[in-house]
Amino acid sequence: MATIKIDGKQFEVDDTDNLLKVALSKGFDLPYFCWHPELHSVGACRQCAVKQYKNEDDTEGQIVMACMTPASDGGCFSIADQEASDFRAQVIEWLMINHPHDCPVCEEGGECHLQDMTLMTGHTRRRYRGPKRTHRNQDLGPFINHEMNRCIACYRCVRYYRDYADGDDLRVLGSHSNVYFGREADGAFNSEFSGNLVEVCPTGVFTDKTLGAHYNRKWDMQNAPGICTHCSLGCNTSPGSRQGILKRIQNRYHGEINHYFLCDRGRFGAGFVNREDRPRQPLVRADNGVLEPQDMDVILSSLKSVLAEAKGLVGIGSPRASLEDNFALRHLVGANNFYNGMSGPESHASLAALALLQEHAGRLPTLRDVESCDAVFVLGEDVTQFAPRLALSLRQAVRNEHHVLAEAANIPKWHARAVRDEGQHFYSPLFMAVPAATRLDDVATELFHLRPARIAELGFAVAAMLDDTAPMPANIDDETRAHAETIATALRKAKKPLVVAGTSLGSEAVLTAAGNVMRALESVHDDAGLFVTLNEANSLGMAMMSDRDVDHAFEAITSRRADTLVVMQNDLYERAQHGKVDAAIKAAKNLIVLDHSMTATIAKADYVLPAGSFAEADGTLVNNEGRAQRFFQVFIPEAPLQEGWRWCADLNSAIGKPVDWLGMDDLIDAIEAACPQFVGIKSAAPSTSFRKAGMRFPRSPHRYSGRTALYANVDVREKRPEVDVDSALSYSMEGYHGTDQPPALMAYAWTPGWDSNQAAITRFQDEVGGHLKGGDPGTRLLKVDPNVPEYAPAEPKLVQGWQAIPRYHIFGSESQSAKAPAIQERMPRAWFTLNEAGAKALGLAAADTLRLTIDGEIHALPVTIDPSLPDKTIGVPVGAHGLMGVRLPAAVSP
Amino acid sequence: MEKVLTKNIRDNREPMTIGEYEQAGGWEAYKKALQEMKPTDVSALVKEAGLRGRGGAGFPTGVKWSFMPRFEENPEKRPAHVYLVVNADEMEPGTFKDRLLMEGDPHQLIEAMAIASYAIGADIAYVFLRGEYTESQRKLQRAIDEAMEAGYLGSDILGTGFELKMYLHMSAGRYICGEESALLSALEGRRAVPRHKPPFPAASGLFGQPTTVNNVETICNVPHIVKNGAEWYKGLGLHKDGGTKIFGASGHVARPGLVELPLGTKLSDLLDHFGGIRGGRKLKALLPGGGSTPLLTDEHLNTPMDYEGVGAVGSRLGTGTMVVMDDQTPIVGVLKNLEHFYAQESCGWCTPCRDGLPWVERILTNLEAGHGKPGDIELLDLHVKLLGPGKTFCAHAPGAMGPLESGLKYFRDELAALIPPDAETLELTQPANAASNN
Amino acid sequence: MKLSKTEIEAIQHEMTLYEDPGAATIEALKIVQEHRGWVSDESLEAAAAVVGVTPTQMEAVATFYNLIFRQPVGRHVIMICDSISCYLTGYEEILAYLKKTLGIEFGQTTPDNRFTLLPICCLGNCDNGPAMRINTDYHGRLTPDKVDAILAEYP
Ligand SMILES: Cc1cc2nc3c(=O)[nH]c(=O)nc-3n(C[C@H](O)[C@H](O)[C@H](O)COP(=O)(O)O)c2cc1C
Ligand code: SF4
Ligand code: FES
Repeated sequence: MATIKIDGKQFEVDDTDNLLKVALSKGFDLPYFCWHPELHSVGACRQCAVKQYKNEDDTEGQIVMACMTPASDGGCFSIADQEASDFRAQVIEWLMINHPHDCPVCEEGGECHLQDMTLMTGHTRRRYRGPKRTHRNQDLGPFINHEMNRCIACYRCVRYYRDYADGDDLRVLGSHSNVYFGREADGAFNSEFSGNLVEVCPTGVFTDKTLGAHYNRKWDMQNAPGICTHCSLGCNTSPGSRQGILKRIQNRYHGEINHYFLCDRGRFGAGFVNREDRPRQPLVRADNGVLEPQDMDVILSSLKSVLAEAKGLVGIGSPRASLEDNFALRHLVGANNFYNGMSGPESHASLAALALLQEHAGRLPTLRDVESCDAVFVLGEDVTQFAPRLALSLRQAVRNEHHVLAEAANIPKWHARAVRDEGQHFYSPLFMAVPAATRLDDVATELFHLRPARIAELGFAVAAMLDDTAPMPANIDDETRAHAETIATALRKAKKPLVVAGTSLGSEAVLTAAGNVMRALESVHDDAGLFVTLNEANSLGMAMMSDRDVDHAFEAITSRRADTLVVMQNDLYERAQHGKVDAAIKAAKNLIVLDHSMTATIAKADYVLPAGSFAEADGTLVNNEGRAQRFFQVFIPEAPLQEGWRWCADLNSAIGKPVDWLGMDDLIDAIEAACPQFVGIKSAAPSTSFRKAGMRFPRSPHRYSGRTALYANVDVREKRPEVDVDSALSYSMEGYHGTDQPPALMAYAWTPGWDSNQAAITRFQDEVGGHLKGGDPGTRLLKVDPNVPEYAPAEPKLVQGWQAIPRYHIFGSESQSAKAPAIQERMPRAWFTLNEAGAKALGLAAADTLRLTIDGEIHALPVTIDPSLPDKTIGVPVGAHGLMGVRLPAAVSP
Repeated sequence: MEKVLTKNIRDNREPMTIGEYEQAGGWEAYKKALQEMKPTDVSALVKEAGLRGRGGAGFPTGVKWSFMPRFEENPEKRPAHVYLVVNADEMEPGTFKDRLLMEGDPHQLIEAMAIASYAIGADIAYVFLRGEYTESQRKLQRAIDEAMEAGYLGSDILGTGFELKMYLHMSAGRYICGEESALLSALEGRRAVPRHKPPFPAASGLFGQPTTVNNVETICNVPHIVKNGAEWYKGLGLHKDGGTKIFGASGHVARPGLVELPLGTKLSDLLDHFGGIRGGRKLKALLPGGGSTPLLTDEHLNTPMDYEGVGAVGSRLGTGTMVVMDDQTPIVGVLKNLEHFYAQESCGWCTPCRDGLPWVERILTNLEAGHGKPGDIELLDLHVKLLGPGKTFCAHAPGAMGPLESGLKYFRDELAALIPPDAETLELTQPANAASNN
Repeated sequence: MKLSKTEIEAIQHEMTLYEDPGAATIEALKIVQEHRGWVSDESLEAAAAVVGVTPTQMEAVATFYNLIFRQPVGRHVIMICDSISCYLTGYEEILAYLKKTLGIEFGQTTPDNRFTLLPICCLGNCDNGPAMRINTDYHGRLTPDKVDAILAEYP
C-alpha cells in the first residue's frame, strides 16, 4: 500500500498499480487512449499526461504519463495543473489532424471514446492547415466494418488482437504518420475473438457490421441485462434493440466471468432473433398437412381437449431454455413425465460433469480465476470451438510465466511492453490431450492427440503420478507413462494448477479421469482448480433438474405409456438419430412444440406455440460453474408471442388447473419450493418489487429520442411505456440511474463524460477492472462438500477399431447462433476428417465422398485430411454445419 | 597530436590485415585484459578514464557498464546469454565518422568489442550495421572471420575459458533504429519501436537478457584505454572531457571531411581544420554534432568542443560531426529539411512525434512558400515546448526540436519576415476548458 | 511459390544467429530482395514460412523499413540523399536533373525498367555531398555532368 496525493487530496492506493489506474479508480476524469484495463500501459498516446512533483515543496513539477508512472508511496501529482491539461488538449489536436470529423455518419458516435476525450480535454478548434491523409479500407468479413481514416493510431487494436488474443492477422503496417491497422489483404479475421475490436478501438475504425446493417445510436436503444445463450460459460451481455428488432450484442462487464471480452459467436450469433421464418403465431397442422396460423384462444381451446384426451404426457425440456421455461413445462406434464431434453450421451456426460463439480465445489475457479492459473491440463476439450471464451482466458494463463520473469526483473505488472520483452517466448505450461489439432495449439507446451478413452487413460496415469494412492491404469505403454510424468511434474511445480475437462467428447471416462487428477492435485496443492465445460447455456441446470433424457422420453412414447409429446425449445433431430425421432413422432398422437425458431421438429408438429427467445423473455440459466444468472426481456414481443413459461401457464389454465405463478417472482419461488437444488436462484437478481429511491431501473439511456414519434403512425398521442410485471426494470429511459445500481439490473453502462461501454463501466467497478460495485451478479448453487471423494477405478475402455468422434466449430455447432446470418457466412464446409494413413486404408483421396454408417444411419460427406487425428479415427462435424443427432463417439466400420 | 583511433587508417581506407594489425600492436590490449585483469577491473578502468558515449548522448560508458548484472558470485543465476550490441547505425544527418572507423580499421572495432564483451560478461556480440554500409559489412565480416581463425573469438579464448560469438546484423533502414532500445527491437526482427526505460537494457535488453549498447567510436577507445591507462586517456583532452574525438564537417566548409583531434579543441580551430567557410563567406550557423544538436552561431566560435563545453552554450556535442551553413543560407530551408527528416523517420508510436512533427514540417513548408500566417511562429514555439524530453516516448522528437528551438532563438526575425504582411490572423488560443458542460 | 534453395539456406543460416529464430525476419526479407530485386506478396509469404512467422507479422516488419521494396524496382535503384549536408551542397539541383533526364518522379521506374528513383536520408557521405547511391555504389560531389557519366555505367 502507498499514500499518494492527487491535486492536494490524499489517497491510499496499491503501489503495484500505475497512477492512471489508481486515478480512474478514485473517480478522476483523466483521459487516455492506449491504456486499457486488460491491455495495461505502453505510453504511446501521451494522453494521460499529469504533473509529478518531487515533493511538497516542488512547485515546478514535471509532465509524466500517468499510465507509465508507478503509484509509489509519497507520490505527489496534479491532474488539474494547467500545463498538464494544455498538453492533454494538444494531444487531441494532434490526433485529430487526420481524423475525418465524420461523427454524424460514424457508427461510433455517441459512444466514442475519442469524442469523450475531446470533450474532456476541451479541444475544440483546429489550427492545422493542410490536407488530411486518407487510407483505403478493407473488407473484413461479415462481422466487422473497417474505416481506417478514423484511426488515431493508439495501437489498442493490435495490442488486443495480437498481444492479448494471439491473433495473427491484424498488424500495424507502415511507419511515421502513415501507419495502417489492418490485415495483409481483405478477408474475415481469423481470431474467434475479433468482435472485441469493436469495443477496444476508441473510435470508429472497427465497428459492428451487424449493427451497421440496421443502425441505431446507443441512446436510441432499449437494452436489458443479458446472458449469452450460445455456450455453457454464461458470459454477460447487453443486447440492444429498437422497436422489437434486436440490433446488437455488447459486452456486459462481469468481474468473474467475461469481464471486458466476448467471443464472436456470442457477439454476432443473436441474429436468429430477427429471422423472418420464426414462428410468430400459434400454428396448427391443417388437414392438408400444412401448418396454419390460428388465434390464441382457438388454439388454447383445441389444446385443452388434446391434453384432456391425452393418454399420458411426455414433456421434453431443453438445455438451451431457462429454468423457468423448463420448470413450467415440468409442472404442466408432471415431474414424472418431464425429460431434460438432452441426448442420452449428452445427458450422461452432463450428469457426470455435475457430479464432478459437486465433488470439487470448493475448487471451481471462475473464468477470471483461470487467467491466473500457472499450469493447465486440458482433457479432451477443444475449448475454442466448444466454450470459446475459455480459450481467451487460457491464453492469459500461459502468460503467467511472463509475469514471473518480469517480477524477477523488477518490472511492474502493468508495464505491458516490458513484460512481453522480458517474457519473450517463455510460457507457463499448457498440456492438451485432445483428439486433434485445435485453435489453441499455438500456446500449448505439449499436445497429445488421442482418442477419448486414451485421453482418460492419460488422465488416470497423471493422477497416479501425482499421488501413488491413485490407481494406475493397467498395461499403459511407456510413452503414455512418460507423458503422464511430464504433465504431473509441471502440475506439481505450479502454484495454481488447473484441470479442464468437459462433455464435448460425450465421454464419462474423461470426466472421471479429470476427477482423479483433481483429487490427486488436491493432495499436493491448496490452490488446484477444476474447470468443466458443458454443451449448452443451461446444460448444468438441466442436469440438476432431471436425469432423464430424450431416450427415456422416446421410450415412454414408443412403449405407448404416453401419446402426447410436448417439446419446449428443442429440436429433437439434434438429440437423436433421424429414424429414432421420426419413429417417436410417428408413435405420438400429438406433437406440441413451443419454440422461437423454425426447426425440423416444428416441421413435424401438430401444434406450435411461439415462445420468446432470450430477447423476449426473462429467465435463469445455470452456467458451467453452477452459477445461476438471470437474463431479462430486451423488448416486449408482439402478441401472441410470449414466454415459454407463460404458454405453459395458459395451458394449465386451459385444462382447468391454473397455476398461481403470475409473474417471474412467483415462478422462481415455485421452483425453489419444488426443487431444493435450485434454492438460491432467487438471489441471482433483485425481484420485481425491488426499487431504488422508489424507482425502477431503465432499459434505455436518458437521451432516448423520438419516443413520442415512434408510434405516431398508429396514434398521435405518445404511447405509455409498458409496465414490466416480471422485473424491476422499466421499458423506458425513466428510472434510477447511478453507480450504485444493482449490477444484475444494469442494462447498459453509461456515466457522465464516459459514453463508451468499456470506459463507462469503470464507474461501476470497485476498482478499475475489478468487481462490480455490489458484487458480480449471479448465485453459485453448488455447495462445498467437505468429504474427500474416492478415487475412481482407472479403467478406460479402449476402443480398438475405427471410431467416429465429434468435431465442433464455433460457427455451426451451436444451433441458435447457426441461424444468425452473419454466423452462417462464417460456417465451415462439412467434411469427414481422417489422417493420411486412414484415408489410404480406405482408398480415399481428399474431397472424395465417404459414406459412413453411424448407429445404423448412413451419412455421406466429402473427406479432408487432418494429419493430427489419431489412427482409425474419423472426425465428424457436429452441428448445423455438419451432422445433427449423431451420437459420438461411436465405433464405426467404414 | 597523437592519433589514437585513426592511427592505423590509410588515406584510401584500405584496412590492415590481421597480421598487420597485430604488428601495429593490435590485440595486445585484449590479451592484457583477458590474462591480467578481471572483467570488473576493465570496467572500472573505463569508468576512471571518463570515456563518454560518442553516439550522441555522451553518457559515461564505464557507468553504463557498471549497470550490467554480475554473475561471477552466482554463476547458476547467469541467464542464457548476455549481450553486447554495437550501434553502427549511423544515420544522424551530417554524421559519417563510424563509417571511417569500420572501413578504415575494422580490427580495432572487433578487438574493442571483444574487450568490452569481456568486461560486461557478454557471450554474444552483435554489430548493428546500417543497411547502406555494405563496404563496412564486407570489411568487418572479413575481420571477424580472421579474428575467429586467430582464436580471438570462439570458445576458451587464449585458454582463459572466455567465450564469445560475434555477428553482423545488417539493418533495413530507418533512423529510429539508432535509438538503442528501438535497435534492440529491430535486432529481434520486429518493427523498430523504442522501449520505455526503465527497464534499461542492462536489466532487460535483447531477447529480455542483460544487454549493453555502445556506439562504434565509443567502443573503439577501449583497447587504447586498457593499453595506456586512464590517466593517459584523460590527458588527451584539452578541456573537461578526456580522449580524442573524430570531428567532421560538411556543408559549406572549404574542405569537408573528418579529423581526429583532442576533445576540447576550440570550435574556431576546428573550422580552420576544414578550411573555414567555403568561398570566403561568413558563418551563419552550424549544427555542432549532427542534425539533432541545437545550432551554434559565430558568437560561439570560442567554445571548447567537448561535452561540457558545448553543453555550456546550450547545445550538445552530439556525434561531433558538424554541419556548417554560410551566410547565404535561408534558415527556413535548413529547418524544413531537418524537420522533414524527423517527421519521415518517426516510428509512428507516440502521438506528439508522429503527428506533431509533420505539422511542424508543414508550417515550415508554408513559411518557405510564402504561405505563412500570423501565429505560425507561435505554433512552432508551442511544438518546441511540447515535443520536449519526457513528453514524447523517446528522444527522437526532442532531438528534432533542438535545431528548431535554436533556429527560433537566433533567427526569429528572419522566420517572421516570411509571413506575408496581408496574411489573416490565425485563431490561436483554445477557448477555456469546454469539458464542464457535460 | 517457393524460394530457391540458396535463399532458403541463407535464411536458415541467419536463423541460427539469434536466440529466437524469428529474429531473422528482417534478414529473410533482405535475402529475398537480394535475389529478386523486391519482395512480392508471394515471396513474402514463402519467406515467412521459412522463418516461422505469419505473413502479417512479416508484412508489418517489411512495411516499416525503407530498404525493403514491396513493389517492383528497376534494374538499378538510385537513392539520392535528401538530408541536410546534401541539401546545403545542392542536392535539389541534382534531383531536378535526375528527374528530367530519367523522366520519372520519386518512387517511379523508367519505362525501360532501368532505373528506379528513391529519396534516402543521410547516406553518411556528407563530406561528398550531394551524394547518391546506385545499388551498393556510393557517388559523391555530384554535378549534372558527373551524373550523366555515372548513369552510363549502369546499363
Ligand atoms: C533517434 C535516435 C537516433 C540515434 N541514432 C544513433 C546512431 O545512429 N548511432 C549511435 O551510436 N547512437 C545513436 N543514438 C544514441 C543511442 O540511443 C545510444 O545512446 C547510443 O548508441 C549509446 O552508445 P554510446 O553510449 O556509446 O554513445 C540515437 C538516439 C536517438 C534518440
Ligand atoms: S484502429 Fe482504432 S484501436 Fe487501432 S490504432 Fe486506430 S484508433 Fe487505435
Ligand atoms: S494512456 Fe497513458 S500514454 Fe496512452
